[in-house]
Amino acid sequence: MTENHQAPDRRNFVTKAAAIVVGGLISVVAPVAGLLTFLDPLRRKSDTRGMVRVASLASLPENGEPRKFPVLDTLVDAWNKTENVPVGSVYVQKTGENTVRVLNSVCPHLGCSVGYRASTQGYFCPCHKSAFAVDGSIADPKSPSPRAMDELTAEVRDGEVWVKFQNFRKGSPDKIPV
Amino acid sequence: MASERKDGPAGGDSALDKAQEWLDQRTGYKGLLHEVLFENVPGGARWRYVWGSTLSFFFVVQVITGTFLWMSYSPSTQSAWESVYFIQHQMWGGWFLRGIHHFVAQAMTVLLVLHLMQVIIDGAYKAPREVNYWFGVVLLLLILALSLTGYLLPWDQNGYWSTAVSTNIVGLSPGIGAPLQTVVVGGANYGHQTLSRFLALHAGVIPGVIILFIVGHVYLFRRHGITPKQPLKGPDEGFWPEQILKDVVACLAVLLVVLFFVVREHGAPLGAPADPSEQFSAARPEWYFLFLFQLLKYFPGEAEVIGAIVLPTLCLLALAAMPIIGKWRLGHRFNLGFMGVMLAGVALLTWQAVAADRNDVEYQVAKAGAKRDAARAVELANAGVPITGALTLMRDDPYTQGPRIFSRNCASCHRFDGHDGLGNPLPKDSISASDLKGFGSREWVRGFLNADTILTARYWGGTTHAEGDMAMWLADHIPEDEDEVAMRENVVLALSYQARLNSQAALDVRDSSRIASGIAFMRNTSSGCAECHKFQDVGTDSPELTDWGSRDWTIAFVHDPAHQRFFGRDNDRMPSFGTEKSLTPREIEMVVDWLRGEWNTPKTGKATTGN
Repeated sequence: MTENHQAPDRRNFVTKAAAIVVGGLISVVAPVAGLLTFLDPLRRKSDTRGMVRVASLASLPENGEPRKFPVLDTLVDAWNKTENVPVGSVYVQKTGENTVRVLNSVCPHLGCSVGYRASTQGYFCPCHKSAFAVDGSIADPKSPSPRAMDELTAEVRDGEVWVKFQNFRKGSPDKIPV
Repeated sequence: MASERKDGPAGGDSALDKAQEWLDQRTGYKGLLHEVLFENVPGGARWRYVWGSTLSFFFVVQVITGTFLWMSYSPSTQSAWESVYFIQHQMWGGWFLRGIHHFVAQAMTVLLVLHLMQVIIDGAYKAPREVNYWFGVVLLLLILALSLTGYLLPWDQNGYWSTAVSTNIVGLSPGIGAPLQTVVVGGANYGHQTLSRFLALHAGVIPGVIILFIVGHVYLFRRHGITPKQPLKGPDEGFWPEQILKDVVACLAVLLVVLFFVVREHGAPLGAPADPSEQFSAARPEWYFLFLFQLLKYFPGEAEVIGAIVLPTLCLLALAAMPIIGKWRLGHRFNLGFMGVMLAGVALLTWQAVAADRNDVEYQVAKAGAKRDAARAVELANAGVPITGALTLMRDDPYTQGPRIFSRNCASCHRFDGHDGLGNPLPKDSISASDLKGFGSREWVRGFLNADTILTARYWGGTTHAEGDMAMWLADHIPEDEDEVAMRENVVLALSYQARLNSQAALDVRDSSRIASGIAFMRNTSSGCAECHKFQDVGTDSPELTDWGSRDWTIAFVHDPAHQRFFGRDNDRMPSFGTEKSLTPREIEMVVDWLRGEWNTPKTGKATTGN
């Protein structure tokens, strides 16, 4: 009688455990498979670009007024790779006989495009009214942007301005490439 | 059994009755229908009970219209805008379908807020209805998420730039924000994966979750019943047909409002294709998100996370906590007050945002430009879109690119009708070269060949040429008698004729004899233009007048104004845009074509509908 009584309990426990394990296994396959592709962007690093030519030094005003230039480079978007298309734009200003300052035209606040105003000799973001000085620093303490405009690495080679074009995280006090 | 009375006409039940009986025995649908339709409404049917049914109806409308849109929508950066353009402007009834989907989304937001207000005012969040109330709050958030994800899908300028701001706000959240943004956007930049993920969220994930919450919401509602306002005003009534009649009338009223907007706007707005490299100053979210944009302006710099994340989260937490707060003695009054303050705050911020935009000159200019670009994009697309997408058409279009190139490169000295080409005013002290609107036209040349007007700011007033030989010559040769005046006008016609403007072709034919006289004067080497200028095969000096102001002449001039054919050593500050590689040859062509008012106007295979 005792053996007869224990046998159903043991079999029931094994049955439950097996049902849970197998049920769990079959239930987890689809979500796990989906999650892998869902989280795929986190493992992909941004393309690191080399230097690209954006302008000739002679085309810059001598007085240091910035001019806006498109950055033409290879654009990679998932399966598409397109060469020599605009990937962004920059403001370039002459700072010396053979030196320049290059600022990314994207607002470091929330990613809108910054315009230059000759009347105030400064930059201005139309979306949330951040104002920047001609060197890219924050001009108005009320500006919502947490940091200055992003300066890019640039050099002058044989009278041509070459830039290492990068975008940076928005809304962060720190300049973090993305 | 034989004594049992039979209903219906002699001969037994009708075929329909038998069919219904058969189906009911196998599915029990009559019981379900009875459960749904014959619920008791204590105190009778009331208008204040219509919210749930109205919202459910319009959710179904959105699923239906959304599914049909989905059948024609193509999510990639080279086809999203193009497929939406096709729906809106080419497909039979496409504008109507898209318009319904667009405006019902806005109606649902309004209805949900009103519904939530009614629930709070009636105290219907109190025990035992806490979970149902929370389901309602979640549904409001889900509807807003549908708006956010749907805004990007047309991949137009406004959707692109507004969503860039929205997703960057998500990225502000400490810790999980940046990875979450990367996953939702599908990478660091917006592209194919952004569209496919947003479509999955908008058409699959969020509606699916909404359906789950609606089922839960309705189940709990049936479990707890209606919260009637005491005392009851009348006898109980059935849900069918009394309450349902009120429900469908309310749906009709909302639908009529929606249809009014659909017809008035002729569908939903579609801006120009998204161009990540082109500044867009008119980026604004849907009107019911404007208050969040406005709120950001009060938290500058590193305090931004307060306005973007902390305050909205606190408000949501307070909203969710209302059932708990309501248990206190004055809790219900507090909840009413908090709701009022929050709604007033949202309304005030929204009004501030709208008022600020109305008074923002730069925004108004950008908005007008956006409208112009949108119309042009449709015009170009009507002739067919290449596989590279409509954006490549825009990027190679003089009408679109000309004013931008002018604004960025020429407007530091020149003007176009007093502005920078795009409509933005220019500071006074930057104007030092001629206004180029109408360059090469008779009117322009007439002002140029006048001793007084050539010295104004519209022509050479701000250049060193104001003291040059040309200005001196004009001053020395002011026409005096009738013949001289007539000959000057002939020279105006002849010089303008050199430009070969399409817009003047008919006039040039009409005035061919006067033009011939003018050309003869220009060729005169003793007292005409060729006394100095090289013209055709006579004369020696620059600027050369052969085909002056023509497309080729102007392109070559912009390429290198310091060339010997043009100003040579006398050039006053004008950059050599081609020689210095500031502009590509195509860019120079486009700005010249735009100045000449000459761009392709495609012949359409189908006229665009609406205005």
